[in-house]
Amino acid sequence: MSWIDVGHIDDIPLRGARLVKTPAGCVALFRTSEAEVFAASDTCPHKGGPLSEGIVHGRSVTCPLHNWVFSLETGAAQGADEGQIPTYEVKLEEGRILLDTAALSARAAA
Amino acid sequence: MTQKLIVIGAGMATGRMLETLVEQHADFDITLFNAEPRGNYNRIMLSPVLSGEKTYAEIVTHDDDWYTASGITCRFGERIAGINTAAKTVTAENGDVLEYDKLVFGTGSNPFMIPLPGHDLEGVIAYRDLEDTQRMMDLGEGNKVVVIGGGLLGLEAAAGMAARGVDVTVVHIMDHLMERQLDEAAGYLLRRALVDKGITVKCAANSKEILGEKGKVRALLLDDGTELPCDLLVMAVGIRPNIKLATEAGLAVGKGIHVDDQMVTSDADILAVGECVEHQGAIFGLVAPLYDQAKVAAQTLMGQEAAFVQKELSTKLKVTGCDLFSAGDFAEGETREDIVFRDPARGVYKRLVLENNVVVGAVFYGDTTDSNWFFGLIRDKTDISDMRETLIFGPNMQGGEVDPLQAVAALPADAEICGCNGICKGQIVEAIEGGATTLADIKAGTKASGSCGTCTGLVEQVLAVTLGDDFVVPAAASVCGCTELTHEDVRRLIKSQGLKSQDAVWQQLAWSTPNGCHVCRPAINYYLIADWPLEYQDDPQSRFVNERNHANIQKDGTYSVVPRMWGGITTPDELRAIADAADKYNVPTVKVTGGQRIDLLGVRKEDLPAMWYDLNKAGMVSGHAYSKGLRTVKTCVGTDHCRFGTQDSTGLGIKLEKLLWGSWTPHKVKLGVSGCPRNCAEATCKDVGIICVDSGYEVSVAGAAGMDVRETELLAKVPTEEEAIAVTTAYIQIYRENAKYLDRGYKWVAKVGLDWVKEQVVDDLENRAALVARFELSQSIYRNDPWAEHAAKADAYQPLADLTLEAAE
Repeated sequence: MSWIDVGHIDDIPLRGARLVKTPAGCVALFRTSEAEVFAASDTCPHKGGPLSEGIVHGRSVTCPLHNWVFSLETGAAQGADEGQIPTYEVKLEEGRILLDTAALSARAAA
Repeated sequence: MTQKLIVIGAGMATGRMLETLVEQHADFDITLFNAEPRGNYNRIMLSPVLSGEKTYAEIVTHDDDWYTASGITCRFGERIAGINTAAKTVTAENGDVLEYDKLVFGTGSNPFMIPLPGHDLEGVIAYRDLEDTQRMMDLGEGNKVVVIGGGLLGLEAAAGMAARGVDVTVVHIMDHLMERQLDEAAGYLLRRALVDKGITVKCAANSKEILGEKGKVRALLLDDGTELPCDLLVMAVGIRPNIKLATEAGLAVGKGIHVDDQMVTSDADILAVGECVEHQGAIFGLVAPLYDQAKVAAQTLMGQEAAFVQKELSTKLKVTGCDLFSAGDFAEGETREDIVFRDPARGVYKRLVLENNVVVGAVFYGDTTDSNWFFGLIRDKTDISDMRETLIFGPNMQGGEVDPLQAVAALPADAEICGCNGICKGQIVEAIEGGATTLADIKAGTKASGSCGTCTGLVEQVLAVTLGDDFVVPAAASVCGCTELTHEDVRRLIKSQGLKSQDAVWQQLAWSTPNGCHVCRPAINYYLIADWPLEYQDDPQSRFVNERNHANIQKDGTYSVVPRMWGGITTPDELRAIADAADKYNVPTVKVTGGQRIDLLGVRKEDLPAMWYDLNKAGMVSGHAYSKGLRTVKTCVGTDHCRFGTQDSTGLGIKLEKLLWGSWTPHKVKLGVSGCPRNCAEATCKDVGIICVDSGYEVSVAGAAGMDVRETELLAKVPTEEEAIAVTTAYIQIYRENAKYLDRGYKWVAKVGLDWVKEQVVDDLENRAALVARFELSQSIYRNDPWAEHAAKADAYQPLADLTLEAAE
């Protein structure tokens, strides 16, 4: 584990998302209405839509291009669609968002 | 032994007869002659084709494949020259002689042409077949047409052409329209509705002569000396059974070809069906009895017992926005009594004619919901003494609450459900017993509700009654999976319960998800903004990405930026600023949009704030080319430069855009303002289209040119620019307040009816002013430039963190 502080939870709008650039590509940080933050790939496996621009609802996000819905917890596509986005370890400490970069570089190296 | 059957005429009656023969595998070798160069189509649907609501392809009932599959030899475009009943042969036009065992006449009728001087001029036509319809459809907008005949057919022709922008005058010899079906009061209401559609109606008008020029029609001259100029003259004054061939063949004829109850003519091997027959002194022009005849004829041919019985008939007019029903006999008489109901404000008129406690006639205008029930009373000669006091209010007022399903359950098997296709309840029940479980099954199996669709509700009720719990009448769809409420319910509850936040909506309306989904959230967000503009704070996270980022997302995740150019007008300075921005932010594509604006395509999200800042500095604001809101007002140059322009259309377009911009609406809103009827701004396919004319402004609404292509309908003609602006604003506000999210204006108007909209924004001046005031109030918050705001907080458009550098270290 290699935790790195990438910002404060309030930097992400409620039920919104922000991007973090990493060597493994763009990772999207999603904030739900329950003060939770999830990290996942920004890219929809369908047509590459930017998931950080989707609507966050419950613990899911809907891709803005063609309305595919992904679970932020598991990364699995919901409903009739099939697909998976990578999710990453993230934790909150006193409002600071910590992202596990080890997982990111490991994935990049793999 | 296979018999030879020759059928003359491929109309609706013989079509239905052949269908029955084919379905029952009757052993005939069939040859079908038709003077028209095509097979059977649904002639009564020509009116929707004329008005543009249907296409010809949609009204074909039997295509080539059907004839081939059914083994019918088709000789379309060929007439029969003669018949030799002794030798049992027919002679075709080209001299071919064919033998028959059985012959069926379906020669239909000929439109009656009044022998006025000039009736043979080019441009004088009837309204009978596809060629006539095509002639009317080919007339361009602004052309003039005179229709002689204010009956069913004439009015459908008039309304169809008026809907296409043709200048139509109806000339009717009687004092009121449709005098055979309507009394004076209903005739008056109908006339008013047609006048509102822009049709000129002249009753008690005697045509004297058709005037021509170089062999072509020029005008109709009336008795009183009035000249009505026209490019086309349509005569729709009635039909005459086409009996020429039958007469020559020596069959017994009167007004039509005489037939008995089995549809057999005076020659035992010759039958006749449809408009060409005369049965017990009556001739037939409506479709229901003609289908009955077709079935009887088929059964007779197959040696089955059957008899044609004349039934009570009812009439409906296929003109959008004119709800009209008449049945039975409503002539006045000493033994007859009337029950009349009028609601002038709603334009509703109902009249029942009673004789000996039985309803013998009914005329309804404006509200025809219960017409089937009343028709049942007439047909069954029900004694109504017990319900006389509340009779006029319909079935729901009889003996407390009447379940509409019970009323349907009580209908006899021969009650007609679908008038277009002559399908009765028994046939639908039969189809259900044969396995049909949905409306689609019924349509496919019986054709019921497959034409005009007004009987869809009834068909569903028959399904519900017959299937019981197995059939759920499809309720209006809910907003999404998060709630069972419909959009309409949600809108109503937001207002009535004073819900002013999304949390309140989710909580009070028992949403099944914690905070909605991508479907309901944008809708709720819109409803709250529209209803509480001063109190509700817009939620960007409930907006689609385009509206959140104030630019259009493209398929590769880049954006397109469209600066507003008021009324399509720009300046060299603005063009320079746009060119500079395109250079500075490496815009790969610069395109002029369909709405006369410039689109900068391929901008990276991070560059958006800086680009907006630059464009703002040059005086430009967001073009909202992405929003469910006002997009563009397209204009022509009007009086400024054009030799035809009648008003300052560009100026009006700029005023409208400056007034309306920034407002959120249920779906996108586009306007067009044309300076003259040449309509260079293509205003007639916009949500609101204004055509400037010499005498003022024609404001029309509910057009579309996307998934559906629709022409606008006239909302109002007003003399001044101020009034045109007020009517437009009030229309947009009433759409904002009432429509379901993502319903374009044309879909919404189709639901509520243009007449209702007119009442609210054109006729009721107080209401119009109130709508405009509510729009202004909302605009005091929302007429602002989102770019300026977002350019100021540019950091939100940058990545939260960049770990690429750290990882490299």
